[in-house]
Amino acid sequence: MNPDLDRYEGVIGLEVHAEMLTASKIFCGCSAAFGAPPNDNTCPVCLGMPGVLPVLNRRVVEFAVRAGLAIDCRIARRNRWARKNYFYPDLCKGYQISQFELPICEGGYLDIHVDETTKRVHLTRIHMEEDTGKNIHDAHGDSSLVDFNRSGVPLLEIVSEPEMSSPAEAGAYLRKLRTLVQYLGICDGNMEEGSFRCDANVSVRLRGATELGVKVEVKNMNSFRAVEKAIAFELERQADTLDDGGHLVQETRLWDADREETRSMRSKESAHDYRYFPDPDLPPIILSEDFIETIRRALPELPDARRERFVSAFGLPAYDAEVLTSRRDLAEYFEAVVAAHGNAKAASNWIMGDIIRLIHERKLDDAPIITDWPVPAANLAALIALIDEGTISGKIAKTVFEEMLTSDESPRAIVERKGLVQMSDESAIQAVIDEVLAASPDKVAEYRGGKEKLQGFFVGQVMKATGGKANPPLVNKLLMAKLKA
Amino acid sequence: MKIGPDDIRTVARLARLNLTPEEEASMVTTLDAILTYMETLNALDTTDIEPTAHIIDLETPWRADEVTNEANTEALLANAPARDGNHFRVPKIID
Ligand SMILES: [Zn+2]
Repeated sequence: MNPDLDRYEGVIGLEVHAEMLTASKIFCGCSAAFGAPPNDNTCPVCLGMPGVLPVLNRRVVEFAVRAGLAIDCRIARRNRWARKNYFYPDLCKGYQISQFELPICEGGYLDIHVDETTKRVHLTRIHMEEDTGKNIHDAHGDSSLVDFNRSGVPLLEIVSEPEMSSPAEAGAYLRKLRTLVQYLGICDGNMEEGSFRCDANVSVRLRGATELGVKVEVKNMNSFRAVEKAIAFELERQADTLDDGGHLVQETRLWDADREETRSMRSKESAHDYRYFPDPDLPPIILSEDFIETIRRALPELPDARRERFVSAFGLPAYDAEVLTSRRDLAEYFEAVVAAHGNAKAASNWIMGDIIRLIHERKLDDAPIITDWPVPAANLAALIALIDEGTISGKIAKTVFEEMLTSDESPRAIVERKGLVQMSDESAIQAVIDEVLAASPDKVAEYRGGKEKLQGFFVGQVMKATGGKANPPLVNKLLMAKLKA
Repeated sequence: MKIGPDDIRTVARLARLNLTPEEEASMVTTLDAILTYMETLNALDTTDIEPTAHIIDLETPWRADEVTNEANTEALLANAPARDGNHFRVPKIID
């Protein structure tokens, strides 16, 4: 770390915008799906035509309450919509419908783990709002193009207190939050496609000082790594500036991923003046206890609870449980394997090893929900069953697994087709052992003379002669009996 | 005076309005009269009254999360002053 940073501590708050996984938009019946042809998912409401009226999508409120309950927020029983006014071509009405006073959730916290310690990061608020359209700038010399398919897609804005002090803490908070919204089924968490976006408020202050430094807002980060790098760069830049006797200005800076630096975004307008006021088209939302309790009862098992259950119910090491519950789809895959066969530790080993390696290799990490697993859960369970029942050895299982990656056949069918069934016939193995020992009389003599580590050599020869199919414990047993005879 | 030329210029800039000096002067007089009228309302004691966000005593009606609109792109783009394929075309934006 830069020596300058020893004198300073970072003060970091994060603002996350999560696009909700609703079927339709927040105030109209247009599809909220990603990837439609330009402007296909639009109507007079989300194009801001005069005279239209917004009608609220109930699921948006349900999702916001779901998030608030999972994060332990206070849920406002009375909610108000506000207009946030500014001009930009992707904002067709000239205002965004959002919440200002009385957001749906206030307070709450996430516990993050960094360097073996647990830290509680508090949330300021969560509110609902509509997304804007998208400008395409560089297509034509003298004009910009606008696609309003995202206009009116529901967003949750989740604002943390400025309680993180390092890039690692910010990264841990962000990962935890993404895992949570994915578990809750309210957002797919895809940072590259922009359905889970993060802006960071970063400042530094002398270590131990209580007053906050000058705050810089950093935008344009589209991966976890980018957020961590941008914050690290910004902390160092601010510390260097102060140490050189310079002064910092409150501004918005954009992260340039290619040059790995933040650059000032020169704004024409001196200060934002959004002139929020209550939206006259939308009366307040009144939430009943019954509405909230129904959502609370239907909450899925959350990551922390699932991690603890994996340790207590399956006897997994804490590390395995942490990795397996880091994604809801991964946890469900693991549970499907265990449900089909049992042997949770073997299932965990296969998933933590080969399956996760393949997920990385096939770049499935960024997929919101993995559906195209390297092998189906039922087949992985069947493979583990073949080992447990002694049909194949663990070594042969690796060969079968490789075959499963390119074949739809069941592991059992592969084993039969390729003749990989484990050789457990004592007399057949005995015959091979006799051949191996007869072929190396000098080594046998050495072994009997005390060089016991030659046992590995003999086992290897037997396995080689049987194409790896001999049952290893049986080989050992018979070999010992013969050599010690 | 409740409002001066500087306030008028700020509000005009936020609303993207170009006012002539004469218009600015007349706005000062007109808006000042409106704000002075508000003084009458300020005279009321509202200590125990909850701020009013909405004058009609209604709850927000809501709808089920269903896609009910089909693509109607041609008709909607027909209203645009300029288009480019299926995009709306606007004067170039410089950040
Ligand atoms: Zn619409």
